[in-house]
Amino acid sequence: MVDNPLVMKARIIVMPKKAVLDPQGKTVKQALESLNLTGIKAVRIGKFIEVELIGRDKAVLKKRINDACHKLLSNPVIEDYEFTLK
Amino acid sequence: MKFGVLQFPGSNCDQDAYQVLASVLGEQARYIWHKETTLGDVDCVVVPGGFSYGDYLRAGAIARFSPAMKAVASHAKAGGLVIGICNGFQILCEAHLLPGALIRNRTLKFICDWVNLRVETTDSPFTNACRQGQILRLPIAHGEGCYFAKPAVLRQLKRENRVLLRYVENPNGSADDIAGICNESRTVFGLMPHPERASEKILGGEDGRLIFESVLRSATAALRSR
Repeated sequence: MVDNPLVMKARIIVMPKKAVLDPQGKTVKQALESLNLTGIKAVRIGKFIEVELIGRDKAVLKKRINDACHKLLSNPVIEDYEFTLK
Repeated sequence: MKFGVLQFPGSNCDQDAYQVLASVLGEQARYIWHKETTLGDVDCVVVPGGFSYGDYLRAGAIARFSPAMKAVASHAKAGGLVIGICNGFQILCEAHLLPGALIRNRTLKFICDWVNLRVETTDSPFTNACRQGQILRLPIAHGEGCYFAKPAVLRQLKRENRVLLRYVENPNGSADDIAGICNESRTVFGLMPHPERASEKILGGEDGRLIFESVLRSATAALRSR
């Protein structure tokens, strides 16, 4: 039997680090409060990225996405990232 | 002196920089397209302002991987001079040729204005024609000019006297009022203000010329000491 290539989807979330000013989050928080939505402690805004990959070996694909996140998709000076692969 | 001005898709201050170098200062200058893999025999590279690759992902993030930027990294490593202006500063940070990052202005607004900057040190090839503490009036035009770096990096910059320009009145939330910094060997300079837009009287100011004249002066000094 021949293994068909499998398409997997990485769902990546990139967020500003805690120490980094997030004026967008702050402004959206104020807007939410102006809607009289109470109990909002904090809002932070980041990015969501989907990447489709071809391959079967999950460990290899994970490493590939990790490299992509570290080198390009996030800037480690100002952002953290996390992802799932399915 | 030979200058190279990089051009990315989306650069929009490349011609201004070229005009100052070639016409105002009368130096040799040429454009370097982002796909070129070598810089030739240039002494100083200008990474100009604009919106390289449409600022996709993050300002400067894509430009960093262009062939020309690889050549700029080698040029910098060999001690060649590099000036990154505005988007150029963002690119140099993304390329790790300078520490830190430029993030959204605190106000979330794109700021197009003239600002006063204090020359914090004349000990650099980019400020040696200025006076210590001199106030330069230069334009800024950016949405992502808020300089960020870890406290340890900010302390290091201060200790090593690597903040060349500070805002007199901080327009964008930059850490430590930083408007321009250099690398450890003081040969790579990044700044958010636009000296190339203020090098002729007809444009409203000439203070920017001091930055380019500093580069010329340092090159002359280097020749003499040879």
